[in-house]
Amino acid sequence: MNALWMRQLAAVWRLEWKKTLFSKRGWWIYCLALAPVFLTGMHWLIESHAHSRHHSLGDDSVAFAALFQFFYLRGAIFFGCMGLFSNLFRGEMLEHTLHYYYLTPLRREMLVAGKYLAGLAAALLLFVGGTVASFLLIGRHAGAAYTSYILHGPGLGQLAWYAVTAALACVGYGAIFLMTGLFFRNPMIAGAVVFVWEGVNPFLPSLLQKVSVIFYLRNLAPVEVPVPPPLNLMVIAADPTPAWLAVGGLLAVSALLLAYTAVSARTAEIGYGE
Amino acid sequence: MSESLVTFHDVSRFYGEVLGINRVSLAIPPGVTSLVGPNGSGKTTLMNLMTGLIRPTEGEIRVLGVPPNQPGKLCRMVGYCAQFDAFPKGLTGYQFIYSYLLLHGFAPAESAARTRTAIERINMVGAANRPVAAYSKGMRQRVKLAQAIAHDPQVLVLDEPLNGLDPMARAETIALFQEWGGKGRHVIVSSHILHEVDRISDQVILLSQGYVVAEGAIQGVRDEVKEQPMQILVRTPRPEVLAARLFSQRCAVEARISADGKGLLLRTRDADATYLMLNRVVLEEGLEVESVAPADDDASSVYHYLIGAEGASV
Repeated sequence: MNALWMRQLAAVWRLEWKKTLFSKRGWWIYCLALAPVFLTGMHWLIESHAHSRHHSLGDDSVAFAALFQFFYLRGAIFFGCMGLFSNLFRGEMLEHTLHYYYLTPLRREMLVAGKYLAGLAAALLLFVGGTVASFLLIGRHAGAAYTSYILHGPGLGQLAWYAVTAALACVGYGAIFLMTGLFFRNPMIAGAVVFVWEGVNPFLPSLLQKVSVIFYLRNLAPVEVPVPPPLNLMVIAADPTPAWLAVGGLLAVSALLLAYTAVSARTAEIGYGE
Repeated sequence: MSESLVTFHDVSRFYGEVLGINRVSLAIPPGVTSLVGPNGSGKTTLMNLMTGLIRPTEGEIRVLGVPPNQPGKLCRMVGYCAQFDAFPKGLTGYQFIYSYLLLHGFAPAESAARTRTAIERINMVGAANRPVAAYSKGMRQRVKLAQAIAHDPQVLVLDEPLNGLDPMARAETIALFQEWGGKGRHVIVSSHILHEVDRISDQVILLSQGYVVAEGAIQGVRDEVKEQPMQILVRTPRPEVLAARLFSQRCAVEARISADGKGLLLRTRDADATYLMLNRVVLEEGLEVESVAPADDDASSVYHYLIGAEGASV
């Protein structure tokens, strides 16, 4: 029986993976994921040819932390996951192809799991790959000093945490947007609500800050980014969450969301609004 | 008995305040059954209900004894070729059928064998490795049919399956339905093409505005329409003699001699009495008769009588 489920799960994954990663409509997601790689690559080229060095590795480390927190976490991964995961169900409803799944004896939980894993694989490849590539490029202009920073300094640990944080962001936002794609005719509205909630998170009371994905992700980022004035006056400092709790909490919340999505998929009707 | 039937017991389905079907009770036996009715009469709702894609607002459905809310059992014995001309992106015809067989739980080797069989069955071996997106409308319709039959279901549900098919493919597809129905399986077809309904159906279900208007074998349904006199066409060289005798015995309410003068179209309220009278006239008058055939016990006439002017546009 387990072998049957695994076979069915693999079949869903195969059908969804190619569709998700190589969709023509997903060009903007590649742009989001690869823009920092392009920028850090340009930075490497420009700094390598500059006569005098403008940035130290410390500057680059803070710059990357800001790029990661403000561009990747709050922008690229958020919107990229919205594009990838919302489409897994909603896209098929719009294209009138979801009934093919619903006419097979596949357990609906397996369908949700297969779609989620396919979306997650695409998201991890794009966003964890982009994060790692950007990190490796941003200090490349320093040559051997950067290699030493990575291999013998804090670089490798930072890289690992950035990769873990990006992966957890994909896990968390993926679960949210898979669910909104099943429930909402227009997932953009749900996405906008989540975006505003995540955006105002630092300005919320500390208890409310914890009801978000970004709070835990921010806690996991290895380098803190100073908030510039006057915004720093409005930021409410919440107690930091230990890494094990942030990781465990995010995984647990994602699992809960996925379970709810699976239960809802069991009772979903396929009428395409007709 | 209900293990071999598709049954609807007092089933209603509403879309918000819009009626899909209302208080439908049916018992569909094996064989080819056609669902006939104008657009919006509830044909697709009925099909979506029996395949579990939607649920009834009220009532109970069983497909060979299995309720549609058990997809694990239901989908192994039901194949549905839906009306949507849509396919998952980026797949060839072969991959389309093969992928969903894997989802049915077949091992890769068996899925491959079943895919080949289904593709051969619809005569698309040459085009199997081309992307579905490059297929003509008729080819897409056929590959959908292949996907619906590939897992060898006991109940085949087909929503307008002949749309877009050329005459050759149409004939092959109809032969497939008849073969499938002849094996004691259920083939439930919706169609707008009434003369083909006559050719393929063992029984019809006539729907109008969400209600079942009539069900059963076409001739049986026609017999039930008492208010419309039966039409009988008799080919004979002396139609005027026959017409005079039938009128004198009050067997016909109307008779019309055909333009070539060798045919008589009768309208009668008592077909059995008319046939008896016809025999007598032939013997007594020495009348030569080439053929006698009912002229309005087909799906088109029944549809026109029961559903009316709406039917004319179908």
